[in-house]
Amino acid sequence: MSAKKANGEAVPQKIEEKLYQNRYLVDAGRPHVRIREYAEPSAELRRLVNVCPAGCYAINEQGKVEVMPDGCMECGTCRVLTAESGDIEWNYPRGGYGVSFKFG
Amino acid sequence: MPQERFDAIVVGAGPAGNAAALTMAQGGLNVLQIERGEYSGSKNVQGAILYADALEKLIPDFSEDAPLERHVIEQRIWVMDDTSHTGMHYRSDDFNEQRPNRYTILRAQFDRWFSSKVREAGATLLCETTVTELVRDPKGRVIGVRTDREGEAILADVVVLAEGVNGLVGTRAGLRKELKPRTVALAVKEMHFLPQDALEARFNLSGDSGVVIEAMGTITKGMTGTGFLYTNRESISVGIGCIVADFARTGITPYALLDAFKRDPSIAPLLVGSQVKEYAAHLIPEGGYNAMPKIFGEGWVVAGDAAHLVNAVHREGSNLAMTSGRIAAETIIWLKRRGEECTARNLAKYRRRLKQSFVLKDMKKYRKIPDTLHNNPALLGLYPRLLSKAAQTWLRVDGKDKRAKESEIL
Ligand SMILES: Cc1cc2nc3c(=O)[nH]c(=O)nc-3n(C[C@H](O)[C@H](O)[C@H](O)COP(=O)(O)OP(=O)(O)OC[C@H]3O[C@@H](n4cnc5c(N)ncnc54)[C@H](O)[C@@H]3O)c2cc1C
Ligand code: SF4
Repeated sequence: MSAKKANGEAVPQKIEEKLYQNRYLVDAGRPHVRIREYAEPSAELRRLVNVCPAGCYAINEQGKVEVMPDGCMECGTCRVLTAESGDIEWNYPRGGYGVSFKFG
Repeated sequence: MPQERFDAIVVGAGPAGNAAALTMAQGGLNVLQIERGEYSGSKNVQGAILYADALEKLIPDFSEDAPLERHVIEQRIWVMDDTSHTGMHYRSDDFNEQRPNRYTILRAQFDRWFSSKVREAGATLLCETTVTELVRDPKGRVIGVRTDREGEAILADVVVLAEGVNGLVGTRAGLRKELKPRTVALAVKEMHFLPQDALEARFNLSGDSGVVIEAMGTITKGMTGTGFLYTNRESISVGIGCIVADFARTGITPYALLDAFKRDPSIAPLLVGSQVKEYAAHLIPEGGYNAMPKIFGEGWVVAGDAAHLVNAVHREGSNLAMTSGRIAAETIIWLKRRGEECTARNLAKYRRRLKQSFVLKDMKKYRKIPDTLHNNPALLGLYPRLLSKAAQTWLRVDGKDKRAKESEIL
């Protein structure tokens, strides 16, 4: 992973290192955030790569936006940003799954 | 299992839901509270400052056993530019009082304690269960909920929606509009641990006393937002939050913004040598009074963040949540005792009572703030720089006469 974001800003600490401290119970095979089928990623979708505080969104080699919500903190930012464009399907993880804060 | 009907179902076990469930259980109602987290608090994030008053109205002697970190004796407000901060510090021994006015807390631990009080009062708590939708009767009145657990709908006379800022249940039921990127802030936060004596020396503290810092200025890189740093017993909560629309516009990554804040020359020395043990993110409803949804209807009420009850200027939210939860519950108890139904007409009393309390009075007082900040970006960029420049011009002794300095500043 490169240490630069799309806008060229340096990222001092890798997001993986931050998330590593957190406690998660991943609901394997049942991601609670999904991207709806699309031909070209919308501007909203591309923005999520930078805006998601857990770095769950990335652009792959084919130029497609992908989501890997394992480190998701369930903040809802991506949900609010795409509410109008309808790019994603967002639900809370099943009860008990997902992030579990020790301090909050 | 025979179908049990509850007097009330409370969705969520944050401060709003816990206040509502506690009050109704104490009032003799048969209450079911549903929380999606592993325990009350496991999904919740706050700075966090707890205001004693709102909690005292629910649990008068809470300080005896609540997990409190430090009582706040000093408040610093910093206006920051890239190399400086201009501060207003207020510290008073008066805050070392029998019943301190506010405390720092850790939400995951605090909520869990609060929840134990709710259960002691007799409410039934169902954790690890996500409410998926509201159930209505043919006339459209809310009569219960469905969850992600197998089984039938759970029925009640009234549903209290205390589901927080991401209130999917109420929003998807069409009770309120979807949040707008301009009306919510995204905050990211880290927990930095330090040995207690090092922390106390660093902030000039002793005993259980604590310091809180609120910061604004160029730290948010032209976005509307603020940073904070609060002392806990043996940790420091440090975080920064900005309006979601601003993050989207600038493409600035929230954790890069937090890391830059931590590296700021005014902040870095306060964190040196600490060990990070958690990173969290959460939304804050900051649209103010004008972004508030309808807060009652046929068979339902909404309290706390789900009702957009946050006073962003004073960084108050949990106290509005507790107070609205309590007042919603008191209204329901009052109706029950009179044998009246939880119709929209009767539940309108909840809003009338909230209007008489500080909750809606404060929300109204600051209703223009969100637009003011949006329309005056200089408040957080240019002005902090000017302030710093003026202070430097005045303080540097460099052979320039004071009158010349004055005209340079003004
Ligand atoms: C970084 C940050 C700093 C803050 N600092 C302060 C501060 O210093 N002082 C202050 O007073 N306020 C502060 N606030 C605001 C304060 O945290 C909120 O106003 C307060 O938590 C609102 O309480 P609530 O009960 O309405 O919502 P929440 O605390 O969000 O609780 C909602 C609960 O509902 C549960 N839930 C949601 N949906 C479902 C569902 N479908 N089924 C089951 N359960 C569900 C959630 O898991 C959660 O437990 C801060 C907020 C943030 C993010
Ligand atoms: S909810 Fe928040 S943390 Fe989770 S994927 Fe969306 S933006 Fe990222």
